[in-house]
Amino acid sequence: MSFKRSSIIENLRKTQMLDLLSRQKRLDGRALDEYRPISIKLNPIQKANGSAEVSIGDTKVIAGVKVEIGEPFPDTPEQGLLVVNAEFLPLSSAMVEPGPPDEYSIEVSRVVDRGIRESQMLALKELVIEPGKLVYCVFVDIDVLNIDGNLFDAAFIAAVLSIATAKYDKKIVKEGKEETTKVSLPVRLIPVSVTSITIGDNILLDPTEEEDSVHDSRVTITFDEEGRLCAGQKGGSVGLSVEQLFKIVDLSKPKAEEIRALIKKVIGNA
Amino acid sequence: MIKLIDENGLRLDGRKFDELRPVRIEVGVIKNANGSAYIEHGKNKIIAAVYGPREVHPKHLLIPDRAIIRCRYHMSPFSTDERKPPQPTRREIEISLVLRRAMECVLFLEDYPRSIIDVYVEVLQSDGGSRCASITAISAALADSGISMRDLIVGCASGKADGQIILDLSDIEDKEGEGDMPVAYMPNLDKITLLQFDGIFSEYEFKKALDLAIMGNKKIYEILRKALMEKYFKTEEK
Repeated sequence: MSFKRSSIIENLRKTQMLDLLSRQKRLDGRALDEYRPISIKLNPIQKANGSAEVSIGDTKVIAGVKVEIGEPFPDTPEQGLLVVNAEFLPLSSAMVEPGPPDEYSIEVSRVVDRGIRESQMLALKELVIEPGKLVYCVFVDIDVLNIDGNLFDAAFIAAVLSIATAKYDKKIVKEGKEETTKVSLPVRLIPVSVTSITIGDNILLDPTEEEDSVHDSRVTITFDEEGRLCAGQKGGSVGLSVEQLFKIVDLSKPKAEEIRALIKKVIGNA
Repeated sequence: MIKLIDENGLRLDGRKFDELRPVRIEVGVIKNANGSAYIEHGKNKIIAAVYGPREVHPKHLLIPDRAIIRCRYHMSPFSTDERKPPQPTRREIEISLVLRRAMECVLFLEDYPRSIIDVYVEVLQSDGGSRCASITAISAALADSGISMRDLIVGCASGKADGQIILDLSDIEDKEGEGDMPVAYMPNLDKITLLQFDGIFSEYEFKKALDLAIMGNKKIYEILRKALMEKYFKTEEK
């Protein structure tokens, strides 16, 4: 997020932050590479095929998956559909106003979409009913309920969990009769995104809104289960050096493994 | 699966893995604008125009100690294989945002308090790497407008096709390949101002792709410099 802010307060805050960071400290006492506690509630919405509420510190999002039958895109007749949409609800912060999705919520939608799509989490080819005519469409809608930084990762975890735990009615023709059975989506792996920001020479993982509001650069990287990079996005209005970027990759990779272990544990317990 | 690289290591359009498509830049193509540029990068044909710094409307957008940038990246309906409806898509809105951020890296916005700089990008014909070509055009237009800049920005993508890291992806390589990494770069400050990627890259491939994109950017920088010199030396002679 970068809402329009008061430039004086922003400058004061940045000075204070840089002073703390020179002693390797953050405002909330965390280590620079430490995440806030992540808490997860699975399937809070019974009417959705899958859903998850995820909090990272005070950031809270809820994602719901709806699986419907529809037409495939003309350029991918033999693939199911994946549609990711994020919305910053006006109740989520004093700075958000009602209206059509703005560029920031569109960015979250598209970064989450690319992470899930490019990691090949979902075998979209298995979601075809009749090639070119009928496919299953997986709609992932993410509501941002409370904003306190790092919406990318909160939205990503919520989206991944709701897809991984979703059950839908699959039509199967058995001995000439059409039957429906409840099955899981064709999930092949659990991708994880890790977001960090730079302030001066410092790299901070999982920024709060306060930290995020003074960042130089922001980087979100999505990893698949083999530790390969499958999507990434730079934000922020200051240039990033190649060395800094590689340092961010090195810091993010082990963090992604930690978060993946947590997600898998939650799914295993479901 | 389409084969993107043949046995001789050549790509569908005959390029080597580290070869750019032809790039041509023309500075000062829109009379009314404060700065403008036209770029052809492969089949991309893109115009960028800068208006401002000028008074902010609506007033509530104003920031007291610096200028704001408003960027609109737009594709003409005839720019793609199938007609693109004229209203902005989510993709265009996101690209407008990342282009704006790339510009924020390079401009001395604090030199123009309480004002707005409008940057319009129109893609007349699209090919792979249109956001990268756009940022090069924007940078030429900004330089043409005379707004103070820290450096120039150039854009060039790298990516992965048939398991190989390649430079400057064309449309088909972008669609059929295994990965795409658009990078915008300030060559004198050696800083990245725009980075996105999708596809599957091992850590080694990621680093290799980034290095290759930066190498491509440095080549485009020379073309951009020449285009700017061309315009300004000509004017001096008149």
